[in-house]
Amino acid sequence: MTNHTRMTDSKQFATFFLNGLFFGVEVFKVQEVIRYQEMTRVPLAPRMIEGLINLRGQIVTAIDLRRRLEMPPRAAGELPMNVVVRSDDGVVSLLVDEIGDVVEVEDDIYERPPETLNGVARELIRGVYKLKERLLLILDTEKTVGLQASAAQPQKAGN
Amino acid sequence: MDEIVKEFLIESYENLDCLNRDLVALEKDPHAKETLASIFRTIHTIKGGSGFLGFGKLEAVAHVGENLLSKLRDGIITINPELASALLATVDAVRFMLGQIEITGQPGNRDFSSLIELLARLNDAKSTEAGSIPSPAPSQAVAVTATISPDQAPAVVTASPVTLPPTMKLPAAIVEPMARPAATVSVPLPPGAPASSSPPESAPTVHEPTESRASAVTDSTIRVDVALLDKLMTLVGELVLARNQVLQFTTQRVDSAFLATSQRLNLITTELQGSIMKTRMQPIGNVWGRLPRVVRDLATACGKQVRIEMEGKETELDKTIIEAIKDPLTHIVRNSVDHGIETPDVRSARGKPEEGCLKMRAYHEGGQVNIEINDDGGGIDCERVKQKALQGGLITREQASRMSDHEASRLIFLPGFSTAEKVTNISGRGVGMDVVKTNIDKIGGTVDLQSQPGKGTTLKIKIPLTLAIIPALIVTSGGDRFAIPQISLMELVRLEGEQARQQIEFIHGAAVYRLRGQLLPLAYLNRELNINGKSESELAMVSIVVLQADGHPFGLVVDEINDTEEIVVKPLSKQLKSVASFAGATIMGDGRVALILDVLGLAQRARVVTEARDRTLLENAAQARKTNDARQTLLLFDAGQGSRMAIPLSMVARLEVFPRSSVEYSGTQEVVRYRGQILPLIHVSKYVPAVGVSETSYDEEQSMQVVVVYAEQGRSVGLVVESIHDIVDETITVQRHARANGIFGSAVIQDRVTDLLDVQTIIRAADPSFYCGVSTTQLAA
Repeated sequence: MTNHTRMTDSKQFATFFLNGLFFGVEVFKVQEVIRYQEMTRVPLAPRMIEGLINLRGQIVTAIDLRRRLEMPPRAAGELPMNVVVRSDDGVVSLLVDEIGDVVEVEDDIYERPPETLNGVARELIRGVYKLKERLLLILDTEKTVGLQASAAQPQKAGN
Repeated sequence: MDEIVKEFLIESYENLDCLNRDLVALEKDPHAKETLASIFRTIHTIKGGSGFLGFGKLEAVAHVGENLLSKLRDGIITINPELASALLATVDAVRFMLGQIEITGQPGNRDFSSLIELLARLNDAKSTEAGSIPSPAPSQAVAVTATISPDQAPAVVTASPVTLPPTMKLPAAIVEPMARPAATVSVPLPPGAPASSSPPESAPTVHEPTESRASAVTDSTIRVDVALLDKLMTLVGELVLARNQVLQFTTQRVDSAFLATSQRLNLITTELQGSIMKTRMQPIGNVWGRLPRVVRDLATACGKQVRIEMEGKETELDKTIIEAIKDPLTHIVRNSVDHGIETPDVRSARGKPEEGCLKMRAYHEGGQVNIEINDDGGGIDCERVKQKALQGGLITREQASRMSDHEASRLIFLPGFSTAEKVTNISGRGVGMDVVKTNIDKIGGTVDLQSQPGKGTTLKIKIPLTLAIIPALIVTSGGDRFAIPQISLMELVRLEGEQARQQIEFIHGAAVYRLRGQLLPLAYLNRELNINGKSESELAMVSIVVLQADGHPFGLVVDEINDTEEIVVKPLSKQLKSVASFAGATIMGDGRVALILDVLGLAQRARVVTEARDRTLLENAAQARKTNDARQTLLLFDAGQGSRMAIPLSMVARLEVFPRSSVEYSGTQEVVRYRGQILPLIHVSKYVPAVGVSETSYDEEQSMQVVVVYAEQGRSVGLVVESIHDIVDETITVQRHARANGIFGSAVIQDRVTDLLDVQTIIRAADPSFYCGVSTTQLAA
């Protein structure tokens, strides 16, 4: 999947929405996008782990990106979508609000995240593409699925 | 055919295939050192093998080939087309002879002197430039290549044009017949004969091995990439799941054709699963193979004489498990030789044969593999082990004094313990034994140790056959399903309504259930996992899954017990590795994911009273410095005449009541039949002098006998007592006194002085053979 050759200095990102923000991950990291799947919760697991899904016989851990990025929870009744990404630790599903298009962006509109960004977001957002209509935030998938940062709090009783 | 010859043929054929590739590759890149080395090794192996097996002719050809190759390898000469084809011809000659060996058992009587001559000449021409080799050589090379069997023709066709100097014309007549079927292939051409003058018709025809016959041996086995086997295993896992799904549909439908088809699917899947599993099975002998050498070297280094005996080498295990036990086994063996077996002079002083014996035994039992490693060395010095553990701060003085020999010997599995040993370098077993235990725990196995001072030590390892597909019990709790590996399952108990409320009792908040008189600590799955299930009070019935963790039983209360199923174990992702309560996940028949419970992890989490004791010790060790307070669960009983005695509950396997009439005699020994075994009975009152024998009191007056069943090493004895008082969980301070044999000391329990019974001493007094693994005949004697 790494053999996508580029003529110009542009990159392709698969995009999605999360709490009104526009995010992107490298398109070659995305294995597939699927609608909401029934999930098996994992008691005692870190909070951002929503559960396990059966992806054609493969058991995939689903991480709730809202919780991962310390955002307010999804409104009741809203079903998230699965963005299934490949990472060094295997295939992981990221739960997002809504799926966007695959966009191709030029490198010259890229900027590093502003210094004012703090918290988990600072660690996980690698950079920003200044699109005309909005900002595209690039998520570091390895760090996101790694759970190193702030992953230590286990699920509290009665969650 | 001789097994050795067969192996040789298989290996050689494989090597030859590589050789063909390598030689062609070498021509492209004449300086590829690795390729050269590989070619050299191959020919060398064949030469060695044929020499060993007495195939002189084959050896001779391989030998000259090897000579040439060694020069190539050392850079004295470089490869050129002529050399390459000569070498290829050697390969073909070797292949021909191997074919003959396969059919007739002999390399055949074809004459290869021309080839040998050619190779020797090339060898001598080491310093000459490739181009200066006399002109007849090329034609000779061609002549030699023409002797090969037909299946080699393509290789030669590609090689020949390269071989020949540009001025030399390659007659089509040579290439063509070679490409024809076997029947037309000719015998060697006279050396030096002009290539064009050798039409195949004029050459005498000889029946040569046909292609299919030549490869008969190689066809019987095939080397397969382990990754492919792993993939097959995964796929079969998927198939098993799909089968489970299909079988679920059959319960809802009455279509007989569908039923029959799914039945068939069921059978085939099961069979396929079995066969695939077999492909991954390897005899344990593969790991044991290197042990004699390890033992020999180590014994020599330590100045000891050690003989190694192996039994059950052919016992098969999954490849992954074989890999996992490789290091632990080596470690144990090293330990036995290093620390277990004494030096010859010590041994003879102790009246043992000078040569120590290390016995390894492997066998299947109940879906598990047992491995026993036994040495007849000095055994574990329990006092010394306790001392070391005390020094290391791993146990408290109280614990040490209370500890049975068996418990003490298990101390060597504590991590801190081994390190201490290593640092001080004091002889005694235990260097890195914690690593052994950790590794074996990791694959779901258990390790136990029995030691007898002066007699030796036995380590017993139990490991599962395979890790991939296991039978499991499916339970529901809080609306979720969980799978419990059957290997840790003991029994299921269901309590209904009123019964449930009455029979689950609480000791200081800890729930227990009397399972046939024995207290079974209970853990509630909902509570342990922080899930909202039905609360205990609203359940109409209580389902208890009796499990054992590291040999200690406990009850797990779940909302519902569903069914047993074959499940495919899938590992949890890295993000979930920290959750110790789960061993993995699986996909259920309906396609949903269910978590597999890690029984040991769960037991530890639940702090079930009788959890693995060495773990408790570990935790205690950490606390010991803060508080010298060690709680213990004790069984209080009356041994006769109102004497109050106690033993740790952890030593008790069960409490039973037998009618007096069921007692039988084996010789003079009182026994009862118990769970399909003969349980010897020991009257505690007889062995504790303080109590005094009250033979008549129970014989006549009591029609029932209360028996505390004590089990160790899979053997049990029944301790006959007067009555059971209570079970207490108390902090006790033992006051030791050597007042009487069979009494460990006294303590104040429930405001009364209570004697602590030394069970092992009593058993030893009653049945000296209990602690050595003697046969039943010796027992009776």
